[in-house]
Amino acid sequence: MEAHDGGSKPRQSIWPVGIAVGIAALLVGLVISWWLVAAGGGLTLAFLVGWLVDSARQARRAAGIAAPAEAAEAEVPAETYTRNAFLTASTLAVGGVVGAGIAVPVVGFSIVGPFLHVKKYETDLGPITDYPENKWFTTTFMLDPKEGDVTRRTAFIRNNGLSDGVPSFTIISNHCVHLGCPVQPNGPEISKAKTERDAATGQEITKIGILPAGGFGCPCHGGQYDSEGNRTAGPPVRALDRYDYAIRGGHLILGKPYSVGHVTGTGAQAEIRKYTLAGPGQHIDGWEEFLYPLQPPHN
Amino acid sequence: MSPAPTTKLPPPTRKSEAQQKLQAAALYPLDWLEERSGLVSFHKFVLFRNVPRDVNWMQTLGAATLTAFLVQAITGVVLAMYYKPHPDTAYESILHITHDVTMGWLVRGMHRWGASIFIILMFFHMARVFLFGAYKYPRELNWIIGCLLLAMGLTEGFTGYLLPWDQTAYWATVVGINLNGTAPFLGPFLGTVLQGGAQIGGDTLSRFYSVHMLVVPGAIFALIGLHLYLVIRLGVTSPPWSRTEAGRERPAGKDAAHAEAAPGESEGVA
Repeated sequence: MEAHDGGSKPRQSIWPVGIAVGIAALLVGLVISWWLVAAGGGLTLAFLVGWLVDSARQARRAAGIAAPAEAAEAEVPAETYTRNAFLTASTLAVGGVVGAGIAVPVVGFSIVGPFLHVKKYETDLGPITDYPENKWFTTTFMLDPKEGDVTRRTAFIRNNGLSDGVPSFTIISNHCVHLGCPVQPNGPEISKAKTERDAATGQEITKIGILPAGGFGCPCHGGQYDSEGNRTAGPPVRALDRYDYAIRGGHLILGKPYSVGHVTGTGAQAEIRKYTLAGPGQHIDGWEEFLYPLQPPHN
Repeated sequence: MSPAPTTKLPPPTRKSEAQQKLQAAALYPLDWLEERSGLVSFHKFVLFRNVPRDVNWMQTLGAATLTAFLVQAITGVVLAMYYKPHPDTAYESILHITHDVTMGWLVRGMHRWGASIFIILMFFHMARVFLFGAYKYPRELNWIIGCLLLAMGLTEGFTGYLLPWDQTAYWATVVGINLNGTAPFLGPFLGTVLQGGAQIGGDTLSRFYSVHMLVVPGAIFALIGLHLYLVIRLGVTSPPWSRTEAGRERPAGKDAAHAEAAPGESEGVA
């Protein structure tokens, strides 16, 4: 075995130990005392010089000894174990188990996580008396006031009046269903922005009266919608998404968003073809819906 | 002091014995290093290679791209010392870097403009390799690695664009994520993974930051290593108008078949 090292392996020596102790003393000395720095430095230097001198002497002595005939040795095939295949397989197996032990939490954390524990948001949009009948409002609110402005969303809201004795609302999301830019009303703002802050929750709701006579339009790529959210022109693939709602204690409570294929009729009489919420640009009806058979659970 | 064996013995000359001893002493540290690490011959293997006589300035585009990437890596590391990837602080910290930190405007500018330069140089380098036919046997694998590097460079551009967290960054990323989301079958999953949840939000920013400065750069470093190793192993291609063989021996037996396939290329090769 020793022949593999060339036969001139130096003997054991104290030199490296002295250097290690010296460097450690030097570093500790930086914290404690300059004297220890000097002592450590001196120790390191002394043992380094000693090592150099010693190995030079050994090299000189070894120069006289002929190097072993390595060429002849290379001819002999390397020693193997009879259980080589078993050792290879068990090394791979143990490596695989360790690898999986690391990969499972990492993938679960970074890839699977986003699909699970999807938060359910409900937002109190204020008393319904704040929404006069048949008037449109651009309303912004935070889905999660704790997370702050990054969860701010916008919806276009219209009070459709009573339908069978129950208040009816149209709540259209402003996310363009082409690629998600913010859709704007095609028409003037008819009232100043009115902001209400709730100190307890941190919620902040802003309402602006609008007159979307020409429906809604997207500034990014020119998608156009009528005032029920049906696509009229441009690249969007379906009607604008809407939000569920509930009336609780006279307040308008915003619920889950959902996707819409097409809306027939208007206001309280509208017939809405509802689908589970899909991302912008994804078809939910027609033959193209079969391109997205694996909708992940959004909301 | 007699030097360690073999590697760096000076050639036999009529130098005096004192000169020879001096030279041996001077080379002793290099010999010491070489015997223990092989670093000296490795550095020769990497840098001192035969190249075709008629290499061309166009063949420096790869090195230029590498330099551009290193500039991005270094400026990116120091920008990370001041940048704070949180929706409430990201934009403020960019303003702080640009206006307050010493030479922050310069480092951010280098990173921002360097990003475009890196992408542009990658395409120029790619065009050179294509037009010189340098993607052909035996260098196909290096072309494929280059394509992966291009995709990763573009991913760096996409993820880096969000980090200033201003209106342009936010909406461009919304559009970019939703574009990925419209890919058939797995698109919706890709979109959700990219934004780190059902909605774009604070997690999207930190996710993009991690991908931008840890995941993709690590992969780029590894692939660049492989890319360079193959360049060194296979040698530099002769330009298409070259009348000499590339700076390496042709593999035995390839000559005849190759000459038939591409007679123009092998004329002038004896």
